[in-house]
Amino acid sequence: MVIRLIFGSVFVVIVLQLINLQIFSTKYKLAADNNAFYRKVIYPDRGIIFDRKKKAILENTISYDLVVTPSEAKGTDTLGLCQILGIDTAEFKKRMRDVIFKNSYVRPSVFEALLSPELYYKLSENMYRFPGFVLNERSIRSYPYRTAAHVLGYIGEVDTNFLKKHRDEGYEMGDYAGLAGLERTYESVLMGQRGIKRFIRDNKGRIQGSWENGLFDTAAIAGRNLYTAMDVEIQQMAEKMLTNKIGSAVAINPKTGGIIAMASGPSYDPNLLTGSTRRRNFSRMFLDTAKPLYNRAIKGQYPPGSTFKPMGAIIALDEGIIGPSFGVGCGGAYFGCGSVRVGCTHKNAGHASNLRDALANSCNSYFSHIYRMAIDNPRLQGKHAGYLKWKEYVNSFGLGVKLGIDLPSEDRGSIPDTGRYNRDFGNDRWGSCFNLTLGIGQDRMTATPLQLANMMCVIANKGYFYTPHLVDSIERETAEDKAMMQKYRDKHEVTHIPDTTFQIIHRAMQDVTERGTATNARIDGINMCAKTGTAQNPHGKDHSIFVAFAPRENPQIAVAVVVENAGFGSTWAAPIASLMIEKYLRDTLSQRRLAEVDRISNADLLPVAIKRWYQRKDSIRLAKQQAAIDESAQIESKQEDRKVTFDPETGTRTDGPTKDTAKPKQQTPMLRPDDKKNAIKKATTNTRR
Amino acid sequence: MSKQQRSISQGIDFTVVWLYAILVVIGILCIFMVEYRQGTDWIQAFIGGKTNYSKQLIFAGFCALVATFIILTDSKLFTAFANLMYAFGILLMLATFVIGKNINGSKSWIPLFGGFNLQPAEMCKIFAALALAKFLSRQETDFSKLRSQLIGGAIALAPAALSILQNETGLALVYFSFFMVMYREGLPPAMLIIGFSFGALVVATLLLEPNTLATILTIIAVLFWYALRKQIRRNKRILALIVALWFVCVGVQRFAVPYIFNNVLQCYQSTRIYSMVGKDYDCTQNAHAAKRTDKPAKKPDDYNVRQSKIAIGSGGFLGRGFLKGTQTRGKYVPEQHTDFIFTSLGEAFGFVGSFVFLAIYFFLLWRIITIAERQRSTFSRVYAYSVASILFFHIAVNVCMTIGLFPIIGIPLPLISYGGSSLLTFTILIFILLRLDADRQMVLR
Repeated sequence: MVIRLIFGSVFVVIVLQLINLQIFSTKYKLAADNNAFYRKVIYPDRGIIFDRKKKAILENTISYDLVVTPSEAKGTDTLGLCQILGIDTAEFKKRMRDVIFKNSYVRPSVFEALLSPELYYKLSENMYRFPGFVLNERSIRSYPYRTAAHVLGYIGEVDTNFLKKHRDEGYEMGDYAGLAGLERTYESVLMGQRGIKRFIRDNKGRIQGSWENGLFDTAAIAGRNLYTAMDVEIQQMAEKMLTNKIGSAVAINPKTGGIIAMASGPSYDPNLLTGSTRRRNFSRMFLDTAKPLYNRAIKGQYPPGSTFKPMGAIIALDEGIIGPSFGVGCGGAYFGCGSVRVGCTHKNAGHASNLRDALANSCNSYFSHIYRMAIDNPRLQGKHAGYLKWKEYVNSFGLGVKLGIDLPSEDRGSIPDTGRYNRDFGNDRWGSCFNLTLGIGQDRMTATPLQLANMMCVIANKGYFYTPHLVDSIERETAEDKAMMQKYRDKHEVTHIPDTTFQIIHRAMQDVTERGTATNARIDGINMCAKTGTAQNPHGKDHSIFVAFAPRENPQIAVAVVVENAGFGSTWAAPIASLMIEKYLRDTLSQRRLAEVDRISNADLLPVAIKRWYQRKDSIRLAKQQAAIDESAQIESKQEDRKVTFDPETGTRTDGPTKDTAKPKQQTPMLRPDDKKNAIKKATTNTRR
Repeated sequence: MSKQQRSISQGIDFTVVWLYAILVVIGILCIFMVEYRQGTDWIQAFIGGKTNYSKQLIFAGFCALVATFIILTDSKLFTAFANLMYAFGILLMLATFVIGKNINGSKSWIPLFGGFNLQPAEMCKIFAALALAKFLSRQETDFSKLRSQLIGGAIALAPAALSILQNETGLALVYFSFFMVMYREGLPPAMLIIGFSFGALVVATLLLEPNTLATILTIIAVLFWYALRKQIRRNKRILALIVALWFVCVGVQRFAVPYIFNNVLQCYQSTRIYSMVGKDYDCTQNAHAAKRTDKPAKKPDDYNVRQSKIAIGSGGFLGRGFLKGTQTRGKYVPEQHTDFIFTSLGEAFGFVGSFVFLAIYFFLLWRIITIAERQRSTFSRVYAYSVASILFFHIAVNVCMTIGLFPIIGIPLPLISYGGSSLLTFTILIFILLRLDADRQMVLR
């Protein structure tokens, strides 16, 4: 009986432990799932971005990774593989060790990522010699027109910050997401929907088959395409004309607000930021003193200069301060404020005898005068009421406010408020003479090229605009997309300025190209309204600025062009804008005009400081190379350690930028803070390698 | 396996035969679950005879033949040849030291024809059971005497000693189950109590700091002295007994246990026992490890138990279903077709399946004890108890080790685990019992 009792009690203990394990503990089920399930994320193709003529300007191509499973790579022709890849056997062994260390002996891992096409063809012919190695395809982004880098943006690996911000959107470490441009703004549309496949794996991590025959798998849904208003040919042409210049050109269709072209110089080939050399290219460009990564169309802040004058005229006319026939006698400068004197390029009498002439000839005295009249408007009561009213007008035209374009990190420009002046002058007793040059678009007024182009849209449309945007429509638009796109489809009425006022301005602006400051921008058979600007700035030579829209009767395109430190507005900015307008309206350019495009694109207008920086960088690199060659020669002659043999590729890569970075880093990079952080992080990790 | 001829099948306890058959079938299915791979043509593999489950089926067929043969014999044979067979078994075990084959680090196998190997230590269980039965059923044996008790113990432990020499500690432990039989036959319960106390003391030593345990033991002694102070005043020997016990306990805790772990047991065994209570064992203290320090460090030894517990725990209440256990499919549990076969069942059929399975076992044991108690001869009774004890020991230790209640000892689950030797041993054990039981009315032995 006692024996039965012992048997019974032991069985009871066993059953109790089974109850504990199987019924009350959930951790074992979880542990089993962690053991056995392998969750594979299936990445869909990202959406394609089209231009207005349905040409794909950003699409996907296939690239290949060389993947190795070490346990199966026993009989591989190591030497042959090393030859094709251009590495030595020591490197091969090192990589194999790394791969085994990181991802075990039996699982496949990437041996060489993103093979170049030549390498891929060479390898695929010889794959039979390399058992254990396979070529895995992977989808990467490609920019077939090599254009619009700033607008389209790029994708990159997400960092922890990104993951924190987008916690519930299914991103994982190692995923790619849009980090700049449209890729970033429309990430949710372009990325599509990831699919998840569940596999069962064994104790060594090898896949055994799908779980429940894929019953719980979800299919990947491809990203949706974007249709933009951009015209890739005009974009390319604009970028071509901005080569070796710092500046920007923006063209908008005033009827819709759709951006036809948005170029920023210097630019870069967006394909540099895809594929295996992305990291290196990024850090190089990030450290470039000319800041090729920087989209000057929305982030460059320029004093508008004389291009602001049509605005000044509209304000004065609308407030009823002046009539179209109002004139001033300008003797070469404005003397109304005593010590503050505003010079004028024209001295001949009568060049500002009425509004039309004053605008056509861009008379500084005239616009300083009417600015003062607007600020000191006796009909308005209260301190700085005139200034506030003036600022309200300017803001309503989109200057000094964020327009809300569908690109990340747009800048606001600056139309200073009274507080700024109160602070700067130490009291609020300042008057129109203190900031007199605001009237001619100087002082503390800055605007981005996009804002200037948008201002042209308002003037062209006679008082309304659509928020400038790149994307016209999204494929299979959802309600959510519609809500997102709605702000680009709402018409913004600016003020209730009568059409007659605008007609006066149009006429005057047409005169600019007919007989005023920009006759060289005139296009035969098209009535173009324009305004030149030559903006003084603290950085050197004046900025060449030009704004225009055409045709006057039924405006189709509004353009703003800024070329930094290039002198008069009519010299460089005007012809660039003129060519873009002609190309857009006529679709082709005549032979003579094509030659003009080449002439502009060949002009090197980079500021001296930047040129000097490049020279210095080149010479340092050359000196380094020379030193390295000398050194290696010495070592080789002594026949010592052969590993130090110089390799020009790695030499320039690791040494060049590292030492050079010290200088450009001191200059404040004009990037978004997070961009900056990323880039610095990337740059430092790159150099550490 | 049942016999068709009436005259022979007469008196056979068919309940046990059916339970035996059910367990063998469950065993083959379990091995099939372990071996099965999605997408393979299992029918072909089955017929091909290359897989473990088809081999196990062949073993089962062979066992059926042996069982029939045993049923056909006369029960007198076993009483007559008990001692001789025991001697033969011991001889075979000694022979392994000469012609033994080394499998998994233990030189306990004798190679037979056709690639099969025989493990004499496994077979010796039968012979020891018969010999013990024979010894206890002798007219002149008086088991209340210490001399007889010592001889009985020697019969049971001689194969165990040889097993330890062969490096098969697991099999050696099985022979301790004979003490349960001896208890039934009159071994003083003090022996069992002392055995259990010793076990409790060892576990306490592992769990607690030496000084803490010593303090606790001292406190217990003082409490006893306090509780028994009136008796002590009358009889000083009780105080002496308490002091002696205290000395023994502290001595065991201080010196005996560390000595056993460091000098008697192998490093891996100590590690397993320590990992049972959730502690790490420092192998550098181990005398055996010191001899071969060149051996590289292995991965943590609780991997087996962890994976085994995961497998059983993931089964939940109803299990994951036949052939759907991920732990089994992914081969996460080592030695799953032999020692850890219970995990495949626990994973596939959950608590319900495990419970039913254990119930079958329990019913079998119950039935065997019922059979034992209805015997009229001491020989049969002792033998039946031996069978029950051996089965029980195997089941309890094996299942407890898979669910983390016992250190890992490599002993198979009777009738379920893959392996011809084991299956054959248990078949012979059970069918000899059935033969003896069938003849229980005939003779008084």
